[in-house]
Amino acid sequence: MRDLFEGLELGKATRDAYGEALRDLGHEHQDIVVLDADLAKSTKSWTFGAEFPDRFFNVGIQEANMVGMAGGLAMAGKVPFISSFACFVILKGFDQLRMAVSYPNLNVKIAGSHQGISVGEDGTSQQAVEDVALACSLPNVVVVVPADEHETRAVVKAAYAHHGPVYIRTGRPSAPLVHDSEPEFVFGRAKRLREGTDLTIIANGLLVGAALVAHDRLAEEGIAARVVNMATVKPLDVAEVESAARETGAIVTAEEHLLHGGLGSVVAQAVVANHPVPMEFVGLDDTYAESGEPAALLRKYGLTAAEIVAAARRAIDRKGAVAPDRVVG
Amino acid sequence: MATRLRHHIVHMLARAGSGHPGGSLSAVEFVTALYFGGFLRYDPKRPDWRDRDRFIMSKGHGVPVQYAALAEAGFFPVEELDTLRAIDSRLQGHPVYGTAPGIEASTGSLGQGLSIGLGIALAGRLDRKDFQVYVLLGDGECQEGQVWEAAMAAGHHRPDNLVAIVDYNKFQLDGAVEEIMSIEPLAAKWEAMGWAVREIDGHDLVQVLDALEWATAATGPACIIGHTVKGKGVSFMEHENRYHGVAPSEEELTRALEELGVAAADRSIDADAAGAKEVQ
Ligand SMILES: Cc1ncc(C[n+]2csc(CCOP(=O)(O)OP(=O)(O)O)c2C)c(N)n1
Repeated sequence: MRDLFEGLELGKATRDAYGEALRDLGHEHQDIVVLDADLAKSTKSWTFGAEFPDRFFNVGIQEANMVGMAGGLAMAGKVPFISSFACFVILKGFDQLRMAVSYPNLNVKIAGSHQGISVGEDGTSQQAVEDVALACSLPNVVVVVPADEHETRAVVKAAYAHHGPVYIRTGRPSAPLVHDSEPEFVFGRAKRLREGTDLTIIANGLLVGAALVAHDRLAEEGIAARVVNMATVKPLDVAEVESAARETGAIVTAEEHLLHGGLGSVVAQAVVANHPVPMEFVGLDDTYAESGEPAALLRKYGLTAAEIVAAARRAIDRKGAVAPDRVVG
Repeated sequence: MATRLRHHIVHMLARAGSGHPGGSLSAVEFVTALYFGGFLRYDPKRPDWRDRDRFIMSKGHGVPVQYAALAEAGFFPVEELDTLRAIDSRLQGHPVYGTAPGIEASTGSLGQGLSIGLGIALAGRLDRKDFQVYVLLGDGECQEGQVWEAAMAAGHHRPDNLVAIVDYNKFQLDGAVEEIMSIEPLAAKWEAMGWAVREIDGHDLVQVLDALEWATAATGPACIIGHTVKGKGVSFMEHENRYHGVAPSEEELTRALEELGVAAADRSIDADAAGAKEVQ
């Protein structure tokens, strides 16, 4: 993993930060209850459970039931944080999320750990690659993919402060640090991590680290890339996307998710609606992955800085090709 | 053969560096009896043979025991076991339909195998085939609602070629089943769904063979509840749920192999030791 993020320090896994932040919040707020579906030691919700056993329910291996119970708890005034692997809580609990959380717009916080293919050796059945698309399709739900431990802590606090459903996606491996300390965090407001004028790389989760690496490699080629951490996929920071399009003229998105329906799709929608420019997309291209060591999988399926750099060059080439047409048109 | 499978399990998991020893080791006697005790009809050269019996590992994380049996039965070379969980390997961390020969369904999201098994069993009945479908479930897995939807549907449609086996090793991922979410009274639940039920010691091969014979002959869906020990056969893994999802280290592997009485270097297989009942 380390060599995929050259020059960046590896921090804790975002799932670890989730558990710690939740435990800390638990001291402040008695209305928080935490549910898990027999993965508490993996999602790290057990960090809360060990400290507050009375406010912790391990419901066993029943994700759909857990989501429904959370709806009930929220109706009765609690603030449930529920967790499992992202694939199980979102995919198995989807209709329950629709009926018991999103449609009634209830105050349920959903934490899906083990995002994407960096899950590694367990293989496809445990790797969530559709969850962001599904979560974004649910009205009322805020969808957020923090990049590192610092951001995750801020996100957990913001999720509690926000009244309504929030989906927080976390990861299994140590995540490269892209913030020096806990950032100020507002849902729907992106963070510009690097300034640049030639194109903008918009990423979230594990791929923010890769975007920073790509930024440095592109700089060596004389290309100035802006890097935006788009942790909140929904509601999207449309203003930031629009200024990226206007000011840099090309956009590359990067995410640990299928291309259909994820960050890239959402950003593309905003670009097309506001200021069309060439875009390139880094993500899983209509495929599942497999078992393997996380770094090897990220390489094989094209989710590294190298692909972001290649996509950036393509986007910039197309920008050159597009401009004269525009003039003619 | 049971010991050989245990040997393969700890060895391949140590090589892979990750995986689930506990729930593989507890299911060894069932898998041994099915593949080598004359129950499953299979032809390793024709894994897609339409009349074959099916074995579905519904608790997909226990697949190392099935890979071990498939290798011993000749579906693929024993050496391939060492590619478990490696990139580009056919031996995926959880079973994937269409990868390793002999794998009948993609599982790993718990709770789904019995529904698939029921579908195959009903198709067999429609086509007047005489194949059997055996589905192995975990005890924690029985907390999933879908298991009971499938059980109810099987109780209603009454296929006589469907057998469910519950590996009741008393543990799940986060701890003891009884403490997290009790599934008792388990036998009564299956009975209430219309299943014939037998409870046995899932490590006593005589009882296992006997129960499989009974279940195979049953005129409706039959369930065998096997009381087992998670990590069975490796003393430091028995009743020790830490090994639910942690592979043995090299040093632990050596200890495990010593206990199992097989030298680490000797992985050669004498063909007839397998004793598989191959059909055609
Ligand atoms: C739907 C689903 N939820 C959660 C998991 C994660 N998980 C893998 S194994 C396991 C525990 C399984 O317990 P059990 O069925 O008793 O198996 P055993 O103890 O025999 O290994 C869990 C929760 C999963 N694979 N699928």
